[in-house]
Amino acid sequence: MKIMEFKESLLQKIKDSLPKFEFTSSESIGELTFSINKKDIVMVCQLLKNDPDLSFNLCEDITAIDWARRTDRYTVVYHIFSMDNKFRLRLKCNVDEEDCSIDTVSSVWKTADWEERETYDMYGIKFNNHPDLRRMYMPEEFEYFPLRKDFPLMGIPGSLPLPKK
Amino acid sequence: MDKLTKEDVHPKIIEALLGADSNITVEDALENEMILNMGPQHPATHGVLRLLLRLDGETILACVPELGYLHRGYEKMAENMTYYEFIPHTDRLDYLAPLSNNVAWVLAVEKLAGIEVPPRAQYIRMMICELSRIASHLVAIGALAMDVGALTVFLWTLREREKILDIWDILCGARFTNTYTRIGGVANDMQPEALAKVKWFIDQFDDNFSECEQLLNRNRIFIDRLEGVGIASGKDAIDLGLTGPTLRGSGVEYDLRRATPYLFYNEMDFKVITYPEGDCLARYFVRVDEARESAKIVRQILSKIPQGEVRANNPKKVLPNKVEVYSKMEELIQDFMIVNFGINPPVGEIYSAVENPKGELGFYIVSKGEGHPWKCKIRSPSFVNCQGLPHMIKGHMVSDVVAIVGSIDPVMGEADK
Repeated sequence: MKIMEFKESLLQKIKDSLPKFEFTSSESIGELTFSINKKDIVMVCQLLKNDPDLSFNLCEDITAIDWARRTDRYTVVYHIFSMDNKFRLRLKCNVDEEDCSIDTVSSVWKTADWEERETYDMYGIKFNNHPDLRRMYMPEEFEYFPLRKDFPLMGIPGSLPLPKK
Repeated sequence: MDKLTKEDVHPKIIEALLGADSNITVEDALENEMILNMGPQHPATHGVLRLLLRLDGETILACVPELGYLHRGYEKMAENMTYYEFIPHTDRLDYLAPLSNNVAWVLAVEKLAGIEVPPRAQYIRMMICELSRIASHLVAIGALAMDVGALTVFLWTLREREKILDIWDILCGARFTNTYTRIGGVANDMQPEALAKVKWFIDQFDDNFSECEQLLNRNRIFIDRLEGVGIASGKDAIDLGLTGPTLRGSGVEYDLRRATPYLFYNEMDFKVITYPEGDCLARYFVRVDEARESAKIVRQILSKIPQGEVRANNPKKVLPNKVEVYSKMEELIQDFMIVNFGINPPVGEIYSAVENPKGELGFYIVSKGEGHPWKCKIRSPSFVNCQGLPHMIKGHMVSDVVAIVGSIDPVMGEADK
């Protein structure tokens, strides 16, 4: 019951605080998802984290989805959790292939630093104003982005040179 | 010892280490500062974690962890295999508690596909989760003690862990990479011998565990090495996204078994252990107390576990019993269809997280209604906890790094995926 009340107050709060902000909310398997424009992401995250009633203080996960043939090819997905209200929220932002970038939220949650580096490493999505956007797992010279759907499962022969003796 | 050259350390790492304003290069002879490479082949980094340390004398000014030496691309592989086929791969994530990962994965898939699981299977899952939590904490405590110089404790805690591995041996025929759970239940019912062995283990655990503890709790050297080292305040810990014992050692009462109960944890009576200090010693005490709480939960499960089926009756999604596959036509067809084409959960997405020994293990699965996931993201606790290392290590000595890494207890199999 408490969860239902919190959901309503969350939607109301966002409508009150950011009257011009466009988003669509949907719900599936008990999880609430907001689809938002990528220019709003930092502003929304700041509100969600800093508002004392909402306090989404834990950024659990940041990742992306490659839809391969869709117009907006990528979707960046954020999972954030409010420890006080025990509520998980998913934020989604579409990113297209030409302008493959989105603003960083590492100024809001420090966790986002590495999560965004991993997303950059795997999908090649640039995070603007990120303090230290290096590759997370792959070597710095690696030219490809392994989790994109056009990267073959077996890898690309010769793309990872052996270390010099 | 050879000097580090530009080939050993990528310039971008140096840049991160020194801060953008600095123009020191690796070859320069520094007055007092130096860059020390620790790992990836270092016995105290628990696997292939590589730390680059910038030192002033013996004080650490900055630290940059480098990951990826065990990157096997499990997320890519998951997109190319059925949901059943991925269960054995979850064993290889946190290889100190493989059964917890098995449970985490099947819980996510079941939530996505809408499969109801019989209560007996749920209780068995809860029991194996708690036993693997004990096993994982035993290794963590032993390894931490060994890292700071107390070798005996490691032998004693591993002796206790061996008993849990023997239970796994009876339960599913494997000691280490178990692959015991199935979507919609578990592989086989718990044998009476396994249950008896669990009961015997829990009865003798407290005494034997106290023995291990006594070697450490009043050990001057052990306490001096850990007290006040690697402090993360509660606020910092949340901001850095730390979870599990590392977060609870900073005084934050957050446990997914309480926050978002799964299985039957809402019916269990247990305490969420917190220690307010936030140093390595607090994390050690959290693990000790948590192992005891887990034993308490197992005791309750043993008295509550109901009789009944251990696999849901859902022919389209859940594998039939092997005996029936060999003797009945219908079951053979189901088995063939599930193994070859997968279980095709409906279009949708799910983020399901459980409290693993190391922290929050989450699986984010996106399904397009096919037999294999369109996307699978593993939110591994060790990966995020490693992010706290630079914050904790800064300002300490080189010898403290070993204690701090040991107190976080990262498993690189899961941090690197």
